[in-house]
Amino acid sequence: MSTDSQTNDSHTGASQAVAPPTNAQTFENVICAFCGCVCDDLSVTVEGDRITKTARACVLGKAWLEGHTEESDRAAAYVDGQPASVEKAVEVASDILAKARYPLIYGLSSTYCEAQRKAVALADLLHGNVDCCTSVCHGPSGMALQSVGEPTCTLGEVKNRADLTIYWGSNPMESHPRHLSRYTSSPKGLFRPGGKKDRTMVMVDVRPTPSSKQANIFLQVKPGKDFEVIWALRALVQGRTVRESAIAETGLTLEQLEDLTERMKSCEYGVFLIGQGLTQSNGKHMNPAALFLLVRDLNAHTKFAVMPMRGHGNVNGIDSVMAWQTGFPFGVNFSLGYPRFNPGEFTSVDLLCRHEADACLVVAADPIASFPRLAIERLKQIPLIAMDAHESETTKVAKVAFTTATTGISAAGTVYRMDGVPLRAPKLLPSPYPNDEEILTQMLDRVKQLKNIPQAN
Amino acid sequence: MNPVKVILIAGRSIKQGKGISHGKHTAEYKDAVSTLQLSKEDMASLGVENGNSVRMKSDGGEVVVQCKGAKLPEGVAFIAYGPMSSALMGRETHGSGMPDSRGFEVEVERVD
Repeated sequence: MSTDSQTNDSHTGASQAVAPPTNAQTFENVICAFCGCVCDDLSVTVEGDRITKTARACVLGKAWLEGHTEESDRAAAYVDGQPASVEKAVEVASDILAKARYPLIYGLSSTYCEAQRKAVALADLLHGNVDCCTSVCHGPSGMALQSVGEPTCTLGEVKNRADLTIYWGSNPMESHPRHLSRYTSSPKGLFRPGGKKDRTMVMVDVRPTPSSKQANIFLQVKPGKDFEVIWALRALVQGRTVRESAIAETGLTLEQLEDLTERMKSCEYGVFLIGQGLTQSNGKHMNPAALFLLVRDLNAHTKFAVMPMRGHGNVNGIDSVMAWQTGFPFGVNFSLGYPRFNPGEFTSVDLLCRHEADACLVVAADPIASFPRLAIERLKQIPLIAMDAHESETTKVAKVAFTTATTGISAAGTVYRMDGVPLRAPKLLPSPYPNDEEILTQMLDRVKQLKNIPQAN
Repeated sequence: MNPVKVILIAGRSIKQGKGISHGKHTAEYKDAVSTLQLSKEDMASLGVENGNSVRMKSDGGEVVVQCKGAKLPEGVAFIAYGPMSSALMGRETHGSGMPDSRGFEVEVERVD
């Protein structure tokens, strides 16, 4: 919201305060696109080509914004490690993708929706495979949603209504540092005017963390026993008898579970906030599915919701873009000319470890630094194309690498907050580099030429 | 000293998160993703102190990192997401697309 002392700036998408006497410009209500919180209340001061000051950003957002430099010593594109023009790199990359029998497009969680839709269109055109970072973070939550449904809400509802919040397998103080203060632990909301004293916060985790220190109640579960705890809670919520011996291996006592059950049933508005402690551990999608069913059970007693704690700034955006364009949120295959979805078959780690993908385009992600060893080995064997704002382990080994403008700093576009609310990320700084959308559009046009497909316009 | 078996939890940390922005080539990031946190009981079993090197082995691979004592349950270890944690992941996704990224068994031994 602009104030009287501010003007809207169509170039940045942020509201701009009246300029201070120096050449510095301060923008208010700036979106931070680093993590899934997508905080929208930052104040950012720009001087020349640097962000010199931020206010209200968390430690991660501050590092992302103030640490950002347009690495003008890097070429806009590289082919075989040598600087090249963007046009030449697009030509080589398009040729690789058009000739591949099973091209894979991966990443897309740190770019904006307008670029993401181009990547999906490219996969469709190539009859290839498109997958995003979701498949290695909250993909199992997506599978659980498809299986049993996800009773969810917005972060606004959490702030204004929730009197009981339960983080499960999440350490927001280190992954989403402002999540607690903005939404769960202490904010004064419409129906929670007392802030912290109107709220109870519970942390369920396998180890003490900086987040568990902030909680009213910390429940330390033994690793790999989340499903058992959730299933015991379902039984208790449904009024069934649970024997102490049945939960002995979980690390929790029956008294602890009965106390939590009573709190969940008697609260006015409860919310589970689930992290990768549930999705990445043994059981995978069965863990969030069990929790979603628990939430369904609880709605017979009171209002309850659940929300995955999405990590990257626009990982929720790529799920949304893929869902509205293909019907599925990740791991989508176009080999037969129409979209098919099958996690374990069309997901990146599986495609690479089985040596099926024979070329790969990575957009705004670094799988060489984050995938299992066998998948990395395959990525190094096949022609690899990488688009990233900075040098990464992936750009270092790519046959074709593009240096791109950074979403939310030097490229504007739509990003989706973890609760599915779309926001406009601003362009705060000029960039000597093309943005993801421009490069992907050029690749689309070039691949159409190579495949003798008429251009739309 | 005999090796100890621990359940490895990989996850985010503030230093790792800041390091992503400051650069994966920086000492800050490398230090953040190459430090294994162990319980005091497991540190004692291994006969190691803060800063000592330990070798971690899993079905996915093996890496050498430095260790540090932390408030953790015995038998549970933590490392920040990064190349070291990835090198230990298995390839099996159990039909989910998600490799076993945390909560798997790792053998830790002292490196003299």
